[in-house]
Amino acid sequence: MAAVGVADTREQSPALAAEARGIVKRFGPVEVLHDVAIEVPVGDARALVGRNGAGKSTLVGLLTGIYGPNAGEIRLGGKPAPSLGDRQAWRERVACVYQRWMVIPHLTVGENLFLNNHPRGALGRVDWRRLRDQAMAALKEWDLDVSPDLEAWRLTVEQRQIVEIARALLQGSRFIILDEPTAELERKEVNRLFDRIRALQASGVTFLYISHHLEEIYEICRTVTVMRDGRVVANAQLQDFPKDRLVAAMVGDASVVKREARPAAVDGKAAPGLELKGLGVAGTFECIDLKVAAGECVGLAGLAGSGKDAVAEAVAGLLKPDSGTIEIHGRPAPAGDVEAMRAAGIGYVARDRHVRGLFPLLSVGDNLTTTVMDRFGPAGFVSPARQAEMVRRQIDTMGIVASSGEQPIRELSGGNQQKAMVGRALASDPKVLVLAAPTQGVDIASKEALYDIIDKAKQRGMAVLVVSDDLDELTICDRVEVIFRGRLTRSFASGWKDHDMVAAIEGLY
Amino acid sequence: MASTAPQTVSAAPVGPSLFQRMKLRDLVLIPVIILVLIIGSFVSSSFLLPENLLNVLQQSSELSILVIAQSLILICGKFDLSLESTVGLAPMFAAWLMISDTYIGGSGLGISGFAGIAVLFAVGLVVGTINGLLVVKLKLNAFITTLAMLILLRGMTLGITNGQTLFDLPEEFLYLGTAKWFGVPCSIWIAGLLFLFFGLMMRYHRIGRAIYAIGGNAEAARVAGIPVERITIGVFIVGSLLAALAGLLLTGRIASVMSGQGQNMIFYVFAAAVIGGISLNGGQGRMIGALTGVLLLGLLQNVLTLSGIAAFWIDACYGAIILLALIITRLSGDAPRE
Repeated sequence: MAAVGVADTREQSPALAAEARGIVKRFGPVEVLHDVAIEVPVGDARALVGRNGAGKSTLVGLLTGIYGPNAGEIRLGGKPAPSLGDRQAWRERVACVYQRWMVIPHLTVGENLFLNNHPRGALGRVDWRRLRDQAMAALKEWDLDVSPDLEAWRLTVEQRQIVEIARALLQGSRFIILDEPTAELERKEVNRLFDRIRALQASGVTFLYISHHLEEIYEICRTVTVMRDGRVVANAQLQDFPKDRLVAAMVGDASVVKREARPAAVDGKAAPGLELKGLGVAGTFECIDLKVAAGECVGLAGLAGSGKDAVAEAVAGLLKPDSGTIEIHGRPAPAGDVEAMRAAGIGYVARDRHVRGLFPLLSVGDNLTTTVMDRFGPAGFVSPARQAEMVRRQIDTMGIVASSGEQPIRELSGGNQQKAMVGRALASDPKVLVLAAPTQGVDIASKEALYDIIDKAKQRGMAVLVVSDDLDELTICDRVEVIFRGRLTRSFASGWKDHDMVAAIEGLY
Repeated sequence: MASTAPQTVSAAPVGPSLFQRMKLRDLVLIPVIILVLIIGSFVSSSFLLPENLLNVLQQSSELSILVIAQSLILICGKFDLSLESTVGLAPMFAAWLMISDTYIGGSGLGISGFAGIAVLFAVGLVVGTINGLLVVKLKLNAFITTLAMLILLRGMTLGITNGQTLFDLPEEFLYLGTAKWFGVPCSIWIAGLLFLFFGLMMRYHRIGRAIYAIGGNAEAARVAGIPVERITIGVFIVGSLLAALAGLLLTGRIASVMSGQGQNMIFYVFAAAVIGGISLNGGQGRMIGALTGVLLLGLLQNVLTLSGIAAFWIDACYGAIILLALIITRLSGDAPRE
């Protein structure tokens, strides 16, 4: 009868969409996952959280068949995982929507939906009419107002994600992994995405949700798995797992430091470190008047497309303003020329380090010193010793974790890469530091480190401008200006309420 | 997630030695070259004689200058197929202006040898500028632009002289391709010095570092204030000037300009650069690696010639060996090329 008993408990426990046991994964000599186990029941919405380097991406790679474990077992939908080469079988069981684009840009939306799964006609030819009809039906079901004949590169981020989720479901997958899906979305789009996720969940689709935004997790997920240093350290129902416990589990023994806004020591009489007077770029923003005193940190908040990033680019010299002036310590700056603006005292960290910041093939040292290569010797020659000397100091002060300055930067974690980006901006000893979304896609500990770096820059008398729509990043600012549709609309002194800020950013007043 | 466990930086201020900085990838061809030398010594007793080896080096010198040019352009993330046609057109145009006898295909102008050299480099400058402007300013695809340029320049080389070969060139024009300095042909000196110069520049000059940055991520380079367009155009111009120089050396060595001069060289240029570790995707590779690639190809050609393989089969052997070399470099830990 014992055997029957075992069978009974099996039936009582819910069916599992995904299950991993005793997983060990090594890359070369380095063991990145140690005896990891996870169970995701069908219909669950599970959050997977952890700092950068905790092993989340590796686990996702194993669950989606990108690589195999060195030990342990993975089961999907109750059956052992298919062999690594059988991509079709994987695709039918699990799908992952990544931050980066996985649609094929120059194929139509319709073809992307049925990639490698085209409806076929006689003799195996692709039945284009049926493909179009089915794509149209799928798009309608998803309330997605785009033509199936549209080339995929024209999609917005939101539309692209929906196409990817729809594709996963059309391929038969009922288990979907979302890897930071909201990183590039605006609040309204996030809400729509969450509505869709809830609807799908109700129909029995299982989600594994990875995000650095902890608020989102409480909004959309039921359960949470926390990873730290290649281990699963907590599994919990989110309703009995408050945010401080979640953060504590992620960070481990290291104590969580609550940030306190340090008031800026601003000299009211001196000329401001950075002053924009009536700055405008046709069709993007106009009449921007903004002062940032030396030793002050000002936030510029706005939606994507509100013009906030264009303002940052204009200050960095990447965009030539059509009207108005930029002054640094009271002196007009040579707008429209990156090199000249840097010489005048601007340090700039661009949004999206992967596209606009990193040189992935180059070393940490070369990445840190890109803008000051003329300092290491006469006539543009670079003395390796003098460069290494500066790199060592920067790695030290920025707290970058790397094996040496010679290590290729692509091997570092996201947080350390971002520290290097800020280090590059600080390398030229700027008077004004402009940071666009400086902590995007960065773990909590690195976030704290980056805030400390910003604090130190303030204390050294730099004028800091943080361009962001992340409430956390805006909290560190002494003052926040809100830009909506290219115009400054409101100003907040520190101590504002989240609700008011979001309303102002969204243009609701 | 970083797949390697990061470690804290050690406090000891010990920089990596020169030897450590020469990564394995740059030296992987050296054992292969030694193997070819050993095989060569068995194939023919005259192979290891200094005269033969100097001969190999001299014959490789024009190729190696083109490889420097192409490596610069590839590291910058671009392509230039038209280099080989500049090897033909630049000396041909100069020769046409220098020869005063219209009966043998000259222009009748009879400019001096030094003026001819100036004209030669001017042709390189013009070709490089046009390539650079088309690719950088008009944002045309480098492959197809320089392919069209290749066909155009090749056609002009033929058109100028109706396909004739031009002889009787001024001595000054032939000097660099024929003279010897300290018993070694001066084209070898030039190629060697250029490798040294560009190798050092790519590693120890801010412009060299900027070229790597542009090839690795042009958008990030722009944001960082590197003058991406100016440097890229400059690289195209330097490439074409080097091609013109290669044309001058080749003309000197054979004391004439043939209408097909430089033809098919571009294939060997790419083969040498890629075997030598220069990435076709930009941002990766070193001059020292490219140099070993050229040496390997030059020695191979010599060994094949000496080995008495039927002349018509030499190219096929050559191609097979290039493939083999690529496989060896890939297996020796080279990152996969996409």
